[in-house]
Amino acid sequence: MSTTTPEAAQDQLDAHLREIIKWHFSDETGSPFWLNWAAKAGWDPRKEIQTTADLKKFPHFEDEWLRDLQPEVWVPKAFAGRPFNIFETGGTTGMPKQRIGWDDYKVDYSEFSEKISDEHFPRNHYWLMMGPTGPRRLRLAIEHLANVRGSACYFIDLDPRWVKRLISNKHFDQAKAYMEHVVDQAATILKHRKVSGLFTTPKLLEALAERVDIWDAGIRGVFCGGTTMLPQYVRFIVEEVLENRIGFYPTYGNTLMGLAASVPLTPEDQYSITYYAPQPRAILRVVDPSDTSKTVEYDAWGRVELTTLTREFFMPRFLERDEAIRRRPRNQYSWDGVAEVRPFGAMEKKIVEGVY
Amino acid sequence: MNASNLTPHLPALRRGKPYESLEKNEIVDYSTGAVVATVSQVNAGVLKKDLKNIGDARAALRKFSVAELIEISSKAGELFLNGTLPLGDKGHTQSADQYVATLAGTSGLPHVMVRRNMDKIHHALTNMQTVLNGLTRGLPLEVIDRGYGEQSGAAVSYYPTTQALGLVMPSNSPAVNSLWLPAIALKTPVIIKPGREEPWTPFRLIQAFIAAGAPAEAFGFYPTDHEGAGEVMRICGRALIFGDANTVAQYRDNAKFSVHGPGFSKILIGNDCVDNWEQYIDLMVSSISDNGGRSCINASAVVVPRHGKAIADALAKRLGPMRPQRPDSPDARLSGFANPKMAEYVDVAIEEGLKTSGATDMTEKYRGGARREVFEGGTYLRSTIVHCESFDHPLANREFLCPYASVVEVPEAEMLDKIGPSLVVTAITESDEFRSRLLDSALIERLNLGPISTMKISWDQPHEGNMFEFLYRRRSIERA
Repeated sequence: MSTTTPEAAQDQLDAHLREIIKWHFSDETGSPFWLNWAAKAGWDPRKEIQTTADLKKFPHFEDEWLRDLQPEVWVPKAFAGRPFNIFETGGTTGMPKQRIGWDDYKVDYSEFSEKISDEHFPRNHYWLMMGPTGPRRLRLAIEHLANVRGSACYFIDLDPRWVKRLISNKHFDQAKAYMEHVVDQAATILKHRKVSGLFTTPKLLEALAERVDIWDAGIRGVFCGGTTMLPQYVRFIVEEVLENRIGFYPTYGNTLMGLAASVPLTPEDQYSITYYAPQPRAILRVVDPSDTSKTVEYDAWGRVELTTLTREFFMPRFLERDEAIRRRPRNQYSWDGVAEVRPFGAMEKKIVEGVY
Repeated sequence: MNASNLTPHLPALRRGKPYESLEKNEIVDYSTGAVVATVSQVNAGVLKKDLKNIGDARAALRKFSVAELIEISSKAGELFLNGTLPLGDKGHTQSADQYVATLAGTSGLPHVMVRRNMDKIHHALTNMQTVLNGLTRGLPLEVIDRGYGEQSGAAVSYYPTTQALGLVMPSNSPAVNSLWLPAIALKTPVIIKPGREEPWTPFRLIQAFIAAGAPAEAFGFYPTDHEGAGEVMRICGRALIFGDANTVAQYRDNAKFSVHGPGFSKILIGNDCVDNWEQYIDLMVSSISDNGGRSCINASAVVVPRHGKAIADALAKRLGPMRPQRPDSPDARLSGFANPKMAEYVDVAIEEGLKTSGATDMTEKYRGGARREVFEGGTYLRSTIVHCESFDHPLANREFLCPYASVVEVPEAEMLDKIGPSLVVTAITESDEFRSRLLDSALIERLNLGPISTMKISWDQPHEGNMFEFLYRRRSIERA
């Protein structure tokens, strides 16, 4: 059930876009990077960007900018003097992509809190996060989400960079041992502490459920993200790992976007999960890889393109390393969704996802 | 019946129960590309979950005596060879002729070879008593039922080494399913990961066993990916794996696994017999080319002390002109490739090898065309005999999925130092000294003394390991 029409949602998005463009490209509020970029580009985004269709005037955002440049170039003038968080993406080797931020993650996860039920994530209780913490936005975001719901959160770290390295070097035994080490810690927490909400990756969830009866351990809701979840795998998680009695909330997100929630599955979905970007703060498009100005048809595969539109961070037309199916607006989301997200080119080449 | 129901669907069998996955592979005809069936694919987690309770499957088999299971195996053999059995979960059935046509259509094996493979499986099932007698060296089978007893006046006791036998099967040779058949009579459930292009034979065998009275829960049929195959190997206490050298390398030298990689089978002719080589040409041709040259027991090298070039030329003259035929032709000798890229890979590998000096493709002049040939939409590789001047040549000890063999001259005294591990060796010699050295060699898994095809299999003798000794272990026992 939509809360607004697609047309109204588009009008709201366009108004938000104009405000954000004005913010980032005005001397009084903008960041050094974008002001400098506009000066070289020779056109004024504040005049030429009126609707999302105009975003095509920007080139694709280059992830190298987030690796090569010092973080202060991204500080909007209006935030000058406020210490910021530096968040990093998963990364493998070398310099990771970094995004700075202040309150965006709180906004995203406070909003997400309204999308999960008290039945599955009881308020004023305890959570466990078993997954990549370290320099990731997710670490603070999950804790904020728990806190917003009056809860506290235990943390068990998993370093995905190390896992990717082990798998790339075919050190499968070490990868397995590391995963067991992580799961051991979670099993210990569940044995000695009361926990009802769990954030983890699907593979770790599966491994934990092999060790512990997670329902008996008190878990009532699982919030998952971080990797490909094809329909059969989702079905396996729902039916056989969570035994149709623990709430399952798959999400798609990363440090650059925030969090795209999924709509509750219906029988017609056949376990195909569709995610919706936290519009207007972020826009997800599924584009034709050979001509990224074109959005693919509904129910067709294409590459995921992300635009982030907050006062803290502007990132136009970033091509994610993911592909997905474009889906129609649904439920409270009056904009396109992305479904069955998987690594870009997954059908053609082997991708190291490791324990994600 | 809607359109999707027109195509058979093979579900996974989770302890005998059909499970339709949301993820399915299409199996296509190798020449037309038409989809002939879909096959449900399961993730590794499904296997892990099911194997937690595998003891129930074993308990279902333990309700039968070995004698009863031998009887069931025999009935299953007849049903496999002649019966009409369920095919999938959409109401389809499959007669024996349909099985032959379907397997031929998706594997590229000609009908005549599929039937030969069927006969081997049928023989193994209907002679299970003899097979077990050979594998157990005459153990009274009640010993397996009771767990203890007497053999030749001595107290014996055997216990199972595993709750289930894992099987990671290949796509290239249906007869290898014969290897696991004794497991059912030995009360061991099977967890089968079929080859991607060959789900037909294990599925039909399972249906034959069930129709013959075996408990369905003794059978796991799990089409799965690489990760799932790894779980089959990891979780089952004992497992067989078939694959190329890279795939099987990680499982070698571990008593849990029975590894079936390339065979590098060979024919060796001794000094005393090599001057009469012409009388063994038929044997060499059949050892190299039967079953489309795809088995690990096909000869892939002929090693002789002299006359190498003449032998290679004679073999090339016989094998080189062999052309692809329609799959249902009784004269078909070459197998098509379900995956044409594999044919291309093999062709390129042989050509690359020929670039190293010291090797000649002796078949080239008799082929009258390229090695790789497309015939009525299917891709084939024609027979290739390569004369190598030395056993060190990169093509001297290779094995390919087509009738292929090298012919190499090596002094008899040096043969066993050169040949390397060989699944089957047919040694044509009357020399006691040479035979003695052959019998002493640890490199040879199966030894044929005299002019016997490398393709001859006796299921009552071990083939790359003894299935009884793999599944059962003797313990000491004293009873008051």
